[in-house]
Amino acid sequence: MHLQLTQEQDLIISMVRKFVAEEILPLELTLDADADDLPEEDRLRLISKVKEMGLYGLDIPVEFGGPELDMVTRTLIAIEMSKHRAGLYSPCYGVFGGAGLAQLFEANDDQKERYLFPTLRGEKKGFFGLTEPSGGSDPARAIQTKAVRDGDDWVIDGSKIFISGADKADFGLLFARTSPEKGRGGVTCFIVDTDTPGFHVRRIVHTLRSAKYATELQFENMRVPDANILGEVNKGFAIASDRLNRQRIPYSAGCIGVAIKAHEMAVEYSKIRETFGATLSSRQAIQWMLVDNEIDIKQSTWITLEAADRVDQGLSFRKEAAMAKLVATEAASRVVDRSLQIHGGYGVTKDFPFERWYREMRIRRIGEGPSEVQRHIIAREILGSSLL
Amino acid sequence: MSLRLSKQWVPLNPQSAGQLKGELGVFQLGNENKEVIYIGSAGSRSQFGLRGEIITHLKDAAFFRIEVTSAYSTRFQELLMLHHADFGCYPTLNSESDTAKLGKLSPMGKQTCTYN
Repeated sequence: MHLQLTQEQDLIISMVRKFVAEEILPLELTLDADADDLPEEDRLRLISKVKEMGLYGLDIPVEFGGPELDMVTRTLIAIEMSKHRAGLYSPCYGVFGGAGLAQLFEANDDQKERYLFPTLRGEKKGFFGLTEPSGGSDPARAIQTKAVRDGDDWVIDGSKIFISGADKADFGLLFARTSPEKGRGGVTCFIVDTDTPGFHVRRIVHTLRSAKYATELQFENMRVPDANILGEVNKGFAIASDRLNRQRIPYSAGCIGVAIKAHEMAVEYSKIRETFGATLSSRQAIQWMLVDNEIDIKQSTWITLEAADRVDQGLSFRKEAAMAKLVATEAASRVVDRSLQIHGGYGVTKDFPFERWYREMRIRRIGEGPSEVQRHIIAREILGSSLL
Repeated sequence: MSLRLSKQWVPLNPQSAGQLKGELGVFQLGNENKEVIYIGSAGSRSQFGLRGEIITHLKDAAFFRIEVTSAYSTRFQELLMLHHADFGCYPTLNSESDTAKLGKLSPMGKQTCTYN
């Protein structure tokens, strides 16, 4: 693995860093501390700028019109994009464009016409419906929503929880049990239109992430045509698992970007803030906190970049992606906590971004597979089938 | 926390609004018939929280009620969506910018009677 950035990578990182500093940070001075999107005029203006930079649609595969970026560069961009208050869950407020639902890239031609291409054009939005009240870490066993075949349709009954964006979506990917006796192998992925009779968004679920809510869904006698099965019956989990594992890498990078920004602010503050006649930076207690920040950031950066490099080399990366997710989320939590502590009382005010980072970073240790599940994945990779 | 903001209405006047604390949260304004005419929030940019926001509406309404919450942003959106789910429209004084990006809810049970 090369430890030196290429000239092109340097250029791209500089562009994104400048974009955040000159476009995003000034706007954040006027936004609510929990803002999750930009005024429409600013959003469109910045999307236009990102397109000029050639970086719009970062996660869209090249064959579908996305920019040609290797995973290491994508990871470095993700780090830069998240260096602002809303950066953890809304890096640059979405102006770099999203790819929508990764699984749709594996859809058949008809499904691509009806769902993928309209999503890429910005005409449709989708949600991802996996977690249920019965569980989310082990969906293979926890999924109780059932789909029963009835002629050319499937009739779906059940519920989902902690689903983002379902109230505003036009369609969603819904995982339901089609063969009760088959465990993980008995789950099918359906594409469901949200105006289907029997589809209900029952309530909003408020969380630590006060900028955005999740939802609870209920399906009552909901008919979905057989043509809306994504992939094959009973093979719902096989779809795009490679893409899902890849997503853990930019996810980790987002945590690192916030950690870097928090640490930078802590370093600067420690140089100017005085207690008992001396700056905080002269105190060993503070110095060691900053040292621990530096080490946490370095370790998580290198682990994450290694995972990204393995993707680019075509090597297996499941273990490395899990390690990146585990290490980056836990390390970034520690960095934000220390940086908040260094800022004292100001650290817990909404005048500074730390309180939002502190709350949102806590969620990162649970979402996309909690730390315990990542450890299980890593153990399985180390020990092989003897673990089971 | 109940889904809908179902607390007792308080007559809106300078004294009642002035006694509010500067906390963050959401509020509803009601007309003489205690029908919701506006849903608002007091976020981190508000100078004096709920007190500051409600005082600016002294001429708009006859009643108000509040809910203190740090999840003011999502609760504000939820209350607007609930209102739409219950009555098929948004409160009359809420602007297009308040409602343009809202999603749709279909909660269990519907609020159909006059608010208490």
